[in-house]
Amino acid sequence: MSMTNVFYIAASALTAQSMRLNAVASNLANADSAHSSTGGGYKAKQVVFQATPVAGSSPWAQGVRMTQVVEDRRPDRLVYDPHSPLADAKGYVAYPNVDVVEEMVNMISASRSYQTNVEVMSTAKDLMQRTLGLLQG
Amino acid sequence: MLSKLDLELRFMQTALGLRARRQEVIAANLANSDTPNYKARDLDFNAALQSALGGSMGSIGLTTTSASHISGLSASGGAGSAALKYRASLQPSLDGNTVDSDVERAGFADNAMHYQFLLESMSSAFHKMSLAVGPDK
Repeated sequence: MSMTNVFYIAASALTAQSMRLNAVASNLANADSAHSSTGGGYKAKQVVFQATPVAGSSPWAQGVRMTQVVEDRRPDRLVYDPHSPLADAKGYVAYPNVDVVEEMVNMISASRSYQTNVEVMSTAKDLMQRTLGLLQG
Repeated sequence: MLSKLDLELRFMQTALGLRARRQEVIAANLANSDTPNYKARDLDFNAALQSALGGSMGSIGLTTTSASHISGLSASGGAGSAALKYRASLQPSLDGNTVDSDVERAGFADNAMHYQFLLESMSSAFHKMSLAVGPDK
């Protein structure tokens, strides 16, 4: 049945967007996880989305899936704090390359997309229920 | 009498099937609103309905076993992918994505309304039929 694909499409989008939200949460939580400037600390994580067909018989029904999580390649944020136990010889401590403003924007965008797809699902559910009730009453 | 009813119902059933398919296509657009390089698509409903009705009402579809055979009109084959077109984008984003959330939401709501209208028409056709064959009151 055709309308069930709408559920799969919306569900794939919900999964993908919640993974994106997970990445944002993880980035924001670790925004201040200081580490030594020699490396090894937390790197901002970004998800990569790709369109993917949900059913082999209907190639136009494209869902979305997360293909990989990439680490941000921007340099770490260096803060001069010579009293910190993590400071290097010049007195710098490295903080993750998380751009807090960018992550907030990412979070809002992900949450809006999530809401849209929940709406899609609820409309599809409504239409299906009406179709099933076609011969009742 | 029954063949007339069959014709009427077949029209509505075809239209309903295409509406469901358009719902899928738009749901796919909404799901991929954050996917890089995804191009928004839409179903040309008029063209799809005409080709579907021409296929199912005019002639019976033929199964061909060789490329040199003349292909018959198939009810479902011609309607789906042929009428699927890429949307002309007003403001494409830098990552190559052409999904405009507002346009898609409007299309989704419009399509859901049409779907419900078809369901109502179908339901009233069934109602008329049951009135005609029902007991005298």
